[in-house]
Amino acid sequence: MDTCINKIREIALKLLENEEVEKVVGFANGTIPMATSPITIDSKQDVDKLVFNSTCGLNLANYIRNQKGKLAIVAKGCDSRNIVNHIVENQVKRDQVHIIGVPCQGMVDKKKIDALFDDDIIEFTEDGDTLKVKSNTKEETLSKKDFLRENCSLCQHRNPVLYDDLAGDLVEEQKLDNPYPDVDRIEAMDSDTKWQHFEDLLQNCIRCYACKNACPLCYCPTCFVDEAGPQWVGKGQNETDVSTFHFLRAFHCGGRCTDCGACVEACPMDINVRDFTRKLNKDSFEMFGWEAGMDITKRPPLDAYSPDDPNDFIK
Amino acid sequence: MENPYMPYPVRIDEIEIATEDKSLKTFKFVFLNKEDEEKFSYQAGQFAELSIPGVGEIPIGIASSPIEKGFVKFTVFRAGVVTSHLHNMKVGDIMGIRGPLGNWYPWDKLENKNVVIIGGGFAFTTLRSSIIYMLDPANRSKFKNIDVVYGARSPGMLLYREELYEWEKRDDINMHITVDGTDDPSWKYHTGFVPQVVEKNAPKADDDTYAIICGPPIMIKFTMPSLVELGYKEHQIIMSLENKMKCGIGMCGRCNIGKELVCKDGPVFTLEELNLTPKEY
Amino acid sequence: MKFITIDKKDWAKGIEKSRETYKLFGPVKEKNGFLIKSLDDDVQPDMNYQDSVMSPKSVVFPQSEKMLTTSLDDSQDGHHIMNRVDTDYSPKAVIGIRPYDAKAMQLVKLNFDTKDYRDPYWCDAYEATTFVGLGINKPGLYDFSTSAGSGPFEEEGLDVLLADMDDKYLAKIITDKGQAYVDSCGFGTDADEKESQVLLDVLKKEAEKNIASKINTDQLKSKTILDLHEAPFWDDVAFSCINCGTCTYVCPTCWCFDIQDETKNKKTTRFKNWDTCMSSLFTLHTTGHNPRDSKTQRVRQRFMHKLKYFVDKYDQGTMCVGCGRCVKSCPVNIDIREVCNMMNAYEKQAE
Repeated sequence: MDTCINKIREIALKLLENEEVEKVVGFANGTIPMATSPITIDSKQDVDKLVFNSTCGLNLANYIRNQKGKLAIVAKGCDSRNIVNHIVENQVKRDQVHIIGVPCQGMVDKKKIDALFDDDIIEFTEDGDTLKVKSNTKEETLSKKDFLRENCSLCQHRNPVLYDDLAGDLVEEQKLDNPYPDVDRIEAMDSDTKWQHFEDLLQNCIRCYACKNACPLCYCPTCFVDEAGPQWVGKGQNETDVSTFHFLRAFHCGGRCTDCGACVEACPMDINVRDFTRKLNKDSFEMFGWEAGMDITKRPPLDAYSPDDPNDFIK
Repeated sequence: MENPYMPYPVRIDEIEIATEDKSLKTFKFVFLNKEDEEKFSYQAGQFAELSIPGVGEIPIGIASSPIEKGFVKFTVFRAGVVTSHLHNMKVGDIMGIRGPLGNWYPWDKLENKNVVIIGGGFAFTTLRSSIIYMLDPANRSKFKNIDVVYGARSPGMLLYREELYEWEKRDDINMHITVDGTDDPSWKYHTGFVPQVVEKNAPKADDDTYAIICGPPIMIKFTMPSLVELGYKEHQIIMSLENKMKCGIGMCGRCNIGKELVCKDGPVFTLEELNLTPKEY
Repeated sequence: MKFITIDKKDWAKGIEKSRETYKLFGPVKEKNGFLIKSLDDDVQPDMNYQDSVMSPKSVVFPQSEKMLTTSLDDSQDGHHIMNRVDTDYSPKAVIGIRPYDAKAMQLVKLNFDTKDYRDPYWCDAYEATTFVGLGINKPGLYDFSTSAGSGPFEEEGLDVLLADMDDKYLAKIITDKGQAYVDSCGFGTDADEKESQVLLDVLKKEAEKNIASKINTDQLKSKTILDLHEAPFWDDVAFSCINCGTCTYVCPTCWCFDIQDETKNKKTTRFKNWDTCMSSLFTLHTTGHNPRDSKTQRVRQRFMHKLKYFVDKYDQGTMCVGCGRCVKSCPVNIDIREVCNMMNAYEKQAE
């Protein structure tokens, strides 16, 4: 990860100096432990503000739409797939983005680390696979692989699929026999248990829409939850309305989601909203052989029709 | 204190189509409870929240004048969910009104002054309320000269046409009615945009003259320079603003312009006050 | 002021006894972090909590609240005439509320209880609630309350202030409401007033020393609204913002709400729901005109309101009480402390 920071800064400096891009979108150090914040820099003096580490859990593809001029973006595997998605869906032109691809070793599950402590974490440092986490009462040395976010532990596309510059050596992709064990677990539940699972999942949802707004796929000028004429979804805390938002959003992301985990990263209430989208990812894969954002020439399955679409699952 | 969210029940007593394209209707409401009408005693310039149960509420300027008793009138433009529903309602239907809300035109400051009223399009509602108030025999002597410039796209789009033409005939008020354009050969009044008519016909500014201006943002934008040309100072220009509202009582926080809440500190502001606020309206 | 001590061995029983009179709310451990929730029977407030993800404002100001109701059935008497819903305003007690949250309630009260209007929903709920505060012996990393008008042992807005003294609580009974609550628990071992105040002051001083985080607010009043509004740093502050509602919903002083009617089977109810100035819908006119249609304008609005408009309007300092929840929960780590310091230090460049 260290080499990535230096290379990212080097590339950013070159791009800004040669005026190849007007700004670079990346991550900067946060003001609190284990946090990074998306920033945009437009001056080569600021390249040292750019960082990259295991706490860069958001998806920067969220910040490249509706921008003037050409920009560079720091993109890990999943982010690059969302950029491909944006290009396929005409949200950005290929020549508008200069992709600084970063081969990714995964992001840490901050809430899982937080849960080890009763008081606030005051320091977080990492060195390869070793994480050192300190609070006022204790210090923990952890192995990063035990604290990877769930989506990162199941990731099979760590390397960027599309890039103009590579900020590090490509990493080995893991090949999983079963990439959807989390979905299997829920599929195995009976109806009542499944219903209860989702009811419990959403009981603390505060409709802040952090999940939707952190998601690069959610760019509708007026989201269905905001529509007034007609109004589809109530704006209160009625359980049906809360579930409708989550289920329906998952369907709108069906076949487009890259499981980047930004939604879960953003949620202030620690809700694993990926439980909604993962099933549709699995269905896309099993029914259409489709994984989002892998191919810049192809449209997502629910987006396009051709006579020879797979349809053996239609009984 | 009373529950400020509770609407007074009213019945629709009369519905008039106000403009030739039917996009505006004037509603006359009668209070179901007599005592509510007294509680609703208002001043020209204020607004109310028209409340339709099951649909929503909309903040609308009061078009009737405080001296008109027994009813209240509002002229509503069909724009969204609530206004469309209102336009489809019938005489006899029951709904609610909350108010009166907001501040009013500064009648005490305007005593012994010349008043120039400038309105455009369907922003003329509270100006009607004001003119009727001023022309009432009990009040007329409080004010010196009254000039009115009111313009709309075409004759059929002017609000309160019959009353406008009646006022034009009076000699205690100078009406300058204008339309952007018309094919009607019998059109007797001005043709031209409001800013131009203001420049040509409005009295020059002096210490005793105030202008009340109410209209769409674009009309205000182009009329302002005309007023400045004529010498009006910031504290002599009085405006009535709109903003998205919900509670109307200064609590839900959404209608603010800087630290002013349009529903409570406004909707009437002088240009001097507005120039101290960020242009977020 | 009356002081009593409560042996921790007697605590749980007393809390349970108070259920005869009060509906109880307090900190409850969730999957990760604490929430202030209604305490089910036999569930005790977790008095060892550091802070809660959501503020206790929902006790008095629920996220979704019914206000008025009526029938839309023309055959019913009183159809289309709205009436206030029947809400339960029997006594409530929030156990373990932090001083900064109690101070926040006082600031919110300025909005809902004015000389012109009184919001009966907020005010009736507030008047029915007793606030039993818990001082913070060891303030956390995100607590900057001392420079935001509050502090770990401040009493403003509290009916009782508890100080955790290992095997017992020292309780300062500040109001009659507080006394009534303490009586309903059966607590009552008197403590010497002078000595107790000294003890409390020592704890307070220790706690305040441990607050590492501070904001600078002394210059905010002297700057003009327009100067701050036109400052050049807002685009940078706003860049990473995703315009969700997290900061506004976790914040104990954010009070903005929406009014919506919901109808089922001819019965309609008018709701009050939390709303957020971060949403692009917040100021959207029906005509499509939106005074704050850019993200920067909305982000700027939030900070200007909290740190400038409120300061000018009420002359009670900023609207921020330093609880740090927004700093901890913001998905993109926008830090109000940084923004406040930027605003406080901003000097308009000469033309």
